[in-house]
Amino acid sequence: MSFLNIFKSDSTRRTVLSEGHVVPEPSRCVQCGICSYNCPIGIDVRAYVWRNEAVKHSECLTCGECVARCPRGVLRFAQTDLFERRDS
Amino acid sequence: MRYVIIGAGVAGFAAVESIRSVDKTGEIIMVSDDPHGFYSRPGLAYYLTGEIDDKALYSRTKDDYKELNFSFLKERITRIVPEQHKLEIEGKPAIVYDKLLIAVGARAIPLNVPGAKLEGVFKLDHLTDANNILKWAKRGRTAVVVGGGITALELTEALLAHGMNVHYLLRGDRYWSSVLDKRESLVVEGHLQEEGVTLHHHSDLAEIVGKSGRVAGIRTADGHTIKCDMVAYAVGIVPRLDLVQGIGLNVERGILADEHLQTNDPDIFAAGDVAQVYDPLTGHSVLDSLWNPAREQGHVAGLNMAGRKSTYLKSAPFNVTRLAGLTTTIIGAVGRGRDEDVVGIARGDSETWRELPEAIVAQSGLDVNHIRLLIGDKHLIGAVLMGDQKLSFPLQKMIANSADISPIRDSLMQPDAPIADLIADFWMGWRKNIAV
Ligand SMILES: Cc1cc2nc3c(=O)[nH]c(=O)nc-3n(C[C@H](O)[C@H](O)[C@H](O)COP(=O)(O)OP(=O)(O)OC[C@H]3O[C@@H](n4cnc5c(N)ncnc54)[C@H](O)[C@@H]3O)c2cc1C
Repeated sequence: MSFLNIFKSDSTRRTVLSEGHVVPEPSRCVQCGICSYNCPIGIDVRAYVWRNEAVKHSECLTCGECVARCPRGVLRFAQTDLFERRDS
Repeated sequence: MRYVIIGAGVAGFAAVESIRSVDKTGEIIMVSDDPHGFYSRPGLAYYLTGEIDDKALYSRTKDDYKELNFSFLKERITRIVPEQHKLEIEGKPAIVYDKLLIAVGARAIPLNVPGAKLEGVFKLDHLTDANNILKWAKRGRTAVVVGGGITALELTEALLAHGMNVHYLLRGDRYWSSVLDKRESLVVEGHLQEEGVTLHHHSDLAEIVGKSGRVAGIRTADGHTIKCDMVAYAVGIVPRLDLVQGIGLNVERGILADEHLQTNDPDIFAAGDVAQVYDPLTGHSVLDSLWNPAREQGHVAGLNMAGRKSTYLKSAPFNVTRLAGLTTTIIGAVGRGRDEDVVGIARGDSETWRELPEAIVAQSGLDVNHIRLLIGDKHLIGAVLMGDQKLSFPLQKMIANSADISPIRDSLMQPDAPIADLIADFWMGWRKNIAV
């Protein structure tokens, strides 16, 4: 399998992205706040990261602004039920 | 029970949270001499470039603080008297503690050249420094940056963002030689040059020249001069040890703490940049200057202070940073030796990165998508990734969990091995072993 395809075959990515949530990898995070600062609807994304929780905010548009802006690759999209079962 | 925490950094704050999670009623007092309280120190780099404003540096709201129910004192502790369980503050009544956490962090090592005290010479420790830099950069045109590690680059990028001409002085022949290999240093330097930075290798700052008390230029040891209005430096940091001299605590390069973050005084704990923490896996006590280890240490210290025995197990030190625009992850042991631009340890650095056991290096990738692996007998010991970060999470887990890479070890070591593919394929099978 080619390197570039590694995450395409990933079971956590089988569902379309819009059904997923933004999930954090807290050990990469230094709470700089760029995610919260750039969230168009003002969700405090960084607070979720501190608590190691998926951004399950009812108003989250999954627009990806926080994912793209984070300078440290803390955030990604994932189908959170799979994520929570920790069996991915 | 009264818990006192000296320091409002991430170690101190994590301790408040963990103490409160165990002890709902004990009194918690946090004391800090930083008038700005708890904020993201690494975030200062993005505040300086203008990517965020200063309000964004604060991750906690008033309500969060209220919920934790602790008091905050903006004061400097001047003396610790362990026999009396007492902390002195100049001109104020002393504070008595039952359990004490020392989480006073580290500070920049000052420049040791004539002219270092002129107006226009800056370091970057805290928000007050960052505000001073911004004020000065508005008026200035040309800046000289000296030092190494991540902070020197962050200073460079901040000054570029404010339209300054930046000269970067390096003592040796390349950037961050203790952690990066030659090729990685060249990638970073290439990016800096593209952004307009003038690099001066083999340049040792000898003097900062002033005019009417302000920076007017610099002179290097070999007689080269540069006119400038500002000098910014990051030549390393040292743990803030002034408070613990001569009070009976065991101190080496930092305050020695065991795996419970306890010092040799059972009522005093130490965590974060100031602590030199015992690692039961290697038998060494090491300094880190990293946000997440500081948070984790503060958390474990707090639990122990509140009576819930817990152990800090150092994971492979790990940092993600942006080096000249490239996301870079450094995991485990990757370098060796000293960096000429830094005295001791740099910010965002770990002594573990230089404790390199016998290892073989495998490299692959183009300039902007680069992977370097340090391969031990059966395990990966360290890795550097620049650019594409897809493999960063797998590598971090494989190194932290000492994955047995015997099945792919020989293939990894072939010349021109497709390292990324090999690691990706291995990871797909191996990751079932761990919870991710
Ligand atoms: C510009 C910059 C960039 C960084 N980048 C990164 C990065 O990319 N990645 C990373 O992992 N880490 C980075 N770091 C390092 C990281 O921020 C530190 O490791 C972390 O903040 C350490 O936390 P701490 O709680 O131990 O100490 P600190 O955050 O330094 O806090 C110490 C506290 O103690 C207080 N204090 C000290 N002495 C006294 C006294 N006598 N009385 C009262 N209060 C006192 C201070 O006011 C302060 O509140 C960076 C740091 C800086 C400054």
